[in-house]
Amino acid sequence: MRPFNLEKVNTVAEISLIKSAKRQFISGGTNLVDLMKKNVAQPETLIDVTSALSNNVSFQKDILNIGAMASNSLVANHKDVLEKFPLISKAILAGASPQIRNMASSAGNLLQRTRCPYFYDVTTPCNKRKPNSGCSAIEGNNRMSAVAGYNDQCVAVHPSDFCISLAALDASVTAITAEQKEIKIPFNDFHKLPENTPWVDNNLPADAIITKIDVAENKFNKNFSYVKLRDRTSYAFALVSVAAALDLNGNRISEARLASGGVAHKPWRWYDAERFLQGKSATEDVFLEAAKLATKDLKPLSENGYKIPMLQGAIFSALKDCMNQ
Amino acid sequence: MEGKEHYSRRSFLKISGLLAAFAAVPVSVKAFYQDVKQYLIPKKNVSRLTLSINKTSHTLYVDTRTTLLDLFREQLNLTGSKKGCDHGQCGACTVHLNGERALSCLTLASMAQGKEITTIEGLASKGDLHPMQKAFIECDGFQCGYCTPGQIMSAVACINEGHTGSVEEIKEYMSGNLCRCGAYNGIVQSIQKVAAQ
Repeated sequence: MRPFNLEKVNTVAEISLIKSAKRQFISGGTNLVDLMKKNVAQPETLIDVTSALSNNVSFQKDILNIGAMASNSLVANHKDVLEKFPLISKAILAGASPQIRNMASSAGNLLQRTRCPYFYDVTTPCNKRKPNSGCSAIEGNNRMSAVAGYNDQCVAVHPSDFCISLAALDASVTAITAEQKEIKIPFNDFHKLPENTPWVDNNLPADAIITKIDVAENKFNKNFSYVKLRDRTSYAFALVSVAAALDLNGNRISEARLASGGVAHKPWRWYDAERFLQGKSATEDVFLEAAKLATKDLKPLSENGYKIPMLQGAIFSALKDCMNQ
Repeated sequence: MEGKEHYSRRSFLKISGLLAAFAAVPVSVKAFYQDVKQYLIPKKNVSRLTLSINKTSHTLYVDTRTTLLDLFREQLNLTGSKKGCDHGQCGACTVHLNGERALSCLTLASMAQGKEITTIEGLASKGDLHPMQKAFIECDGFQCGYCTPGQIMSAVACINEGHTGSVEEIKEYMSGNLCRCGAYNGIVQSIQKVAAQ
C-alpha cells in the first residue's frame, strides 16, 4: 500500500470537496482499504468524513431520510425501515456479512466499485481501473459480467444489493457541492452505464459529496420480495438478484416495481415488464410472461449465458414471493 | 602456465583497489539514493494515536497505512486476532468496535480512535474463560483453531444481536466467518448452548 496522509474533518463545511484519484474520502473503508491493499486505489490523501456527515435514519413527513454515514446494519434494523420499507431491509441483509454491514456506510455502498476480477488485478488491462487500457473481461472470464447495458469498453456489473432496492423504490440521492449548494439526483440517474467513460461509475459531480438518501413513503411494503442467487447460500456477490414489489388492489396489480443486480453497470430496472404488469391480475401466468418479456432481448457474453434463464426464474420467483408475504 | 595462474600479484592489487574504491562509494551512493527516494517512493506518515483496547489505553506511533489487525499483531503482541485473507473475506480478524463486530483487517488504526476495541484477549475476565470460549471447547467448535478467535468474537455478537432463533438463522448470521476445517456443526452447537444459558 502506498503511504498516504489521513485528514479528519468534523463538519461538511470543512470538507474541501475537490476529489481526484489522489484525494479520496473514506468512511467504512470496507471497499477502499481493500482496493488500496491491492494498489488499485493509490490516494495520496484520505479524508475521514465519518464525523462530518449524519449517521441517522429518520422518517419525517412521509420521507425516509438515510444519513450518508448510517451503517448498513442500522438501516436494515431501523423500525421505520422494517415497517414502511421492508424491501430495503431485506436487500441489505442479503448482502455482505454482519461485520461488513456494521462497518459500511450507506453513501459508501452507493459508491463501491465493481468486483470484476480484472478491476482488482493490476497486471491486466481494465478500462475502469486504467482509462483506455482495454477490457480483459469481454473476451476473458466474464461469468459474473453484465448481460445488459454493456459495450466493448466495459462489461462490469454494480455489486450492491442495497442499491437494487433503492432503484426499485425510486429513491433519490442528496449531495452538497463545493459552493455548498444542495443537489438532488433521482436514484435511477445516479449510477451510469459504461458509455465512453467506464472509469466513471456515477453522475455525482466531482466536487460533490453525498449527504443523504431519501425514499418517499409508498405502497410497496406489503407485497415485496428480494431474490438473490449466488455461488453459495450466503456471503457472496449476486450472480443475479431481483427486487420485486407489487401494489395490489384485490388481485389486480395497480403498480409493479422490478429491479435487478448482477445484470448491468448500474442497478437495472425492468421498465417494460413493470408496464406489462400494471393493471393485470396477479397470477403465475402473468408473472411468467413478465419474466419472459424482461429477459427476451438480453445479450450474454461467452461465459454468462446461464444468467438469462436464471434471471427469468428469479424474476418469476420474486413476483410469486410477493404474494406470500 | 602463465594463463592458468588464478591469483597473481596483479589481480590481487586490482581487486583490493576496487574494494577500497567501493568502500568509499557507499556514503555518496547512500546520499544519492536518499535524494532520489524522496521523489520515487512516497514518505510514510506516522502519527500519534491513543486507542482503547480491551479497556486499556495505548498511546502509540502508527503509520497511517496500519490496520487495526497489524497493530494488534505487530506492535501490541495481541496475536489472538488472525490474519486469514487480509481482504475482508474470511472473518478470522473479527473484533468488537463499541460492542459491534467488525473486521480489523479493513479498519485503519487511525480511524479507530475514540472507539472501545475488544479483541479475543479481552473476552475472558480475570482468567475465567468467557462462556462462549468454554462452549467452543465443550462442543468441539474448532479443529485447527485458526479461525476460532474470529468465530468466537462473531458468535458473541450473534447472541448479543439476538440472531439465534434457529440453526438457519445462526448460519446466516455467522456466514462472514469461514472455517476451512468445516467445524460448522460444533460452532452452531456452541452458539445454541450459550444462547440457552
